[in-house]
Amino acid sequence: MNGSRRNTLMAGGLAAVIVGMVGMSFAAIPLYRLFCAATGFGGTPSIGPAAAPGGNGQTIRVRFNADTNPALPWKFAPDQKEVSLNLGEQQVAFYHATNEAAHPVTGMALYNVTPEKVGKYFHKTACFCFNKQSLAAHQGMEFPVSFWVDPAIRQDPSTSDVQVITLSYTFFRSLEDAAETGALAKAGPHVGPLSARAAERPDAN
Amino acid sequence: MDATSEAHAHDHGHDHKPGFVTRWLFSTNHKDIGTLYLCFAVIGGLVGGILSEIMRAQLQFPNNHIVSNGQEWNTIITTHGLLMIFFSVMPALIGGFGNWFIPLMIGAPDMAFPRLNNISFWLLPPAFVLICIGLLMGESGSGWTLYPPLSSSIYEPGMGMDCTLFALHLAGISSLLGAMNFIVTIFNMRAPGMTLHKMPLFVWSELVTAFLLLLAVPVLAGAITMLICDRNFGTAFFDPQGGGDPVLFQHLFWFFGHPEVYIMILPGFGIISHVISTFSKKPIFGYLGMVYAMVAIGVVGFVVWAHHMFISGIDVNTRAYFMAATLVIAVPTGVKVFSWIATMWGGSVELKTPLLWAIGFLFVFTIGGVTGVVCANAGIDQVIHNTYYVVAHFHYVLSLGAVFSIFAGFYYWIGKMSGHQYPEYWGKVHFWLTFIGVNLTFFPQHFLGLSGMPRRYPDYPNAFAGWNFVSSLGAYIGGIAFLVFLYVVYRTFTSKEHVADNYWGEGATTLEWMQTSPPAFHTYMELPRVS
Repeated sequence: MNGSRRNTLMAGGLAAVIVGMVGMSFAAIPLYRLFCAATGFGGTPSIGPAAAPGGNGQTIRVRFNADTNPALPWKFAPDQKEVSLNLGEQQVAFYHATNEAAHPVTGMALYNVTPEKVGKYFHKTACFCFNKQSLAAHQGMEFPVSFWVDPAIRQDPSTSDVQVITLSYTFFRSLEDAAETGALAKAGPHVGPLSARAAERPDAN
Repeated sequence: MDATSEAHAHDHGHDHKPGFVTRWLFSTNHKDIGTLYLCFAVIGGLVGGILSEIMRAQLQFPNNHIVSNGQEWNTIITTHGLLMIFFSVMPALIGGFGNWFIPLMIGAPDMAFPRLNNISFWLLPPAFVLICIGLLMGESGSGWTLYPPLSSSIYEPGMGMDCTLFALHLAGISSLLGAMNFIVTIFNMRAPGMTLHKMPLFVWSELVTAFLLLLAVPVLAGAITMLICDRNFGTAFFDPQGGGDPVLFQHLFWFFGHPEVYIMILPGFGIISHVISTFSKKPIFGYLGMVYAMVAIGVVGFVVWAHHMFISGIDVNTRAYFMAATLVIAVPTGVKVFSWIATMWGGSVELKTPLLWAIGFLFVFTIGGVTGVVCANAGIDQVIHNTYYVVAHFHYVLSLGAVFSIFAGFYYWIGKMSGHQYPEYWGKVHFWLTFIGVNLTFFPQHFLGLSGMPRRYPDYPNAFAGWNFVSSLGAYIGGIAFLVFLYVVYRTFTSKEHVADNYWGEGATTLEWMQTSPPAFHTYMELPRVS
C-alpha cells in the first residue's frame, strides 16, 4: 500500500536521525578535545613548538601547583613556587618526582592553567606532561617544562587584568600500569557507611 | 462461531474486543496502549510519591533517622527523580494521553506502527524493575543527573548503579520508538482536510515533543553507554586518569536533560489549551502564536543546556551567552501564558474541575517560570545553584505544572475514555487538597534555598527547622490528596451513569468529541473530512 510505504520510509529517516545523534554524542569526545585545544577553553594551554616572539619588557608571574592522585605512590612537587617572566620570553621551570614504591611505576600528568580564560595565551613548548613518565623503584627525577606567555594577553580586554597565572599538574597512575598491578581496585577509598559495605563485598571493584 | 455469537458480533459491528490476554498483553490498539500507559504512570507516580513522603518525613525535623545513612538517602533521591520523570510524567503525558488522543484528534484509525507501539510500552515495565533493583540494592546514589565521578565505579561500585543505567537505556528506547511512531502518524495519517495549521494544539504539542525526544534521548543513550563502559570495561571517557573529562559528561547529559524538561511540560501545554478553550467556550486566543511558541521553545531549548553548569568552571563569556539564551525562552513561554489568560478573558467561564486544574497550572507554572528567570541569571545562580531554591523552581514547573496538566487532562477526558463521569465534588476536593498541599510543600523551599540550605542532604542545621517542618506538612497533605485521586478513580469506574458523546457541550470542538464515550474499539473506519 502506498500509505504504508510512505510510513516506512519516514520511519527509516527518523531512525537514521536517532543513529546520527548517537554517533554525534560519541563524536563529541574528540570534538570537545579539539575545541578545548583550539580555543583554550577550560584553561587548556596552547601546545606546540611555536617559538617565543621575544620579550617586550612587561612581566607576569607564574605560580606552580602540583597534585598527586593517591593511587600513584610518588612524591611530586615544583622546585620553585613562583617565577616572574617577561611576556613573550621563553622560560624553563622544574618539577621533582620520586617514586616511593619498591617497584617501577608509570604515571601521566594532566594539566591546565588558571584563570581559565588565559589558556590560549599560555604556550607550552616542551613538557614532561606530553608523555607518560616511568620511574624505577625509589628513583627520583627532575621534570622540565618550558613555556612562554603571549604578549597579546595585555591587549585582550578580558585578560588584561591578569597578573598571576597558575600552572597546575595532577599526576595520575597510568591506567595500564594500575590495571597490571591491581591498584585500580584500591583507587579512591570510600567514606562513611559505604566503606563498611564495600569491605563486606570484596569482589566489588 | 455459532449463530448467536455471530449475531452478537454483528450487533456490535466493528467493536469486537479480543480476550483479556490478547487485548492487554499483545495490544496493538492505540486506546488500550494509552490505557496501559496511564495505569503504569499511576503506579510510577505512586512509588515515586511514597519516596517523596519518606524524604519529607526524614527532613521534617533536624537529626532525624528515618533514612539510615547518606548513601540510602542518595539512592532515594535518584530513584524519586527518575521514577517521576521516566515512569510517571512521560508515560502519562506522552504514552498515555498521546496514544489515546492523537489518532482520535487527527481522524486516524490507529497509530502508524501499532506493533511498535506495543514494544514501546512493554519496554517500560522491565525498565521499572531495573530502577527498583537499583533502589533496593541501595547502590544508585548518583542523583538523576548521574554525574561521574559519583556514578563511576570508584564511588558506586555495585551493580545496582548499572541496573539504573540499563533502565534508562530501556526507557530511552521506549521513548524513541514512541516518538518515531508519533511523528509518522501525525505527518502521514491526518484526515483529509486537516492541514498542519488546523491541527489541534495537543497534537502540535506532541509533535514538538516527539522531535525533542528524537534529538535529545540518543545523546543520553550515548552518554550512559560511555558511563557503562567506564564503569565496567576500563575505558576512560570521563576518567581523567585516562585523559577523559567528567565535565564532558555534564555537557552531554544536559544536552539531553534540558530538552527533557520541555519534553515533560509541552504536552501539558497542549492539554491546558484544550481545557481552557473548552470551559471558556471560546477558540484558543492566538492559535498560530501558540503553535510557533511551542516550536520556538523546542528549538531554543537545545541551545541553553550549560545554564545547568554555571559553576562547573565555564568562563564568563560562555555564561553570558547561556544566560541570555535562557532568558529568551521566557518570551515564547510568556506568549503562551498570555494567550491562555486572553482565552479566558471575556469567555463564558465554567469552573468545572478540569478548568480548576488548568487555572492552578497557570498559577504554579508562572511562579516556577518566574523563579526560572531568577535562576537563569549566571550571577545569581552562583549563589543559589544546588540549593532548595532550585528544587522549589523545578518542582513548581514540573511536579506542580506538569502534574496539574496531567490531572486537568484526566478530568477532561476520563468521561471520554471510560464512558463514566468523575464525581465533581470529589474532583474539586482533590484539586484543593493538592493545591494547598504542594504549595505548602514547595513555597517554603524558596526561603530555605535563599538562606543557603543545599539540596541532596538528609539533614540540616537547626536554623532551617521551621520551614522544613511546614514543607513536610504540605507533603503529607499532598499525599492525602493522591489518595483522594484514587478514590475519584474508584468512584468513576464504579459509577452507573453513562456520559454523552460530547458531555462538555459547545466549547469542546475537536474530533474526539464526535466519537461515542467510550469510543468504539476501532474508530474512523471511514475517514472524517475536515473543512
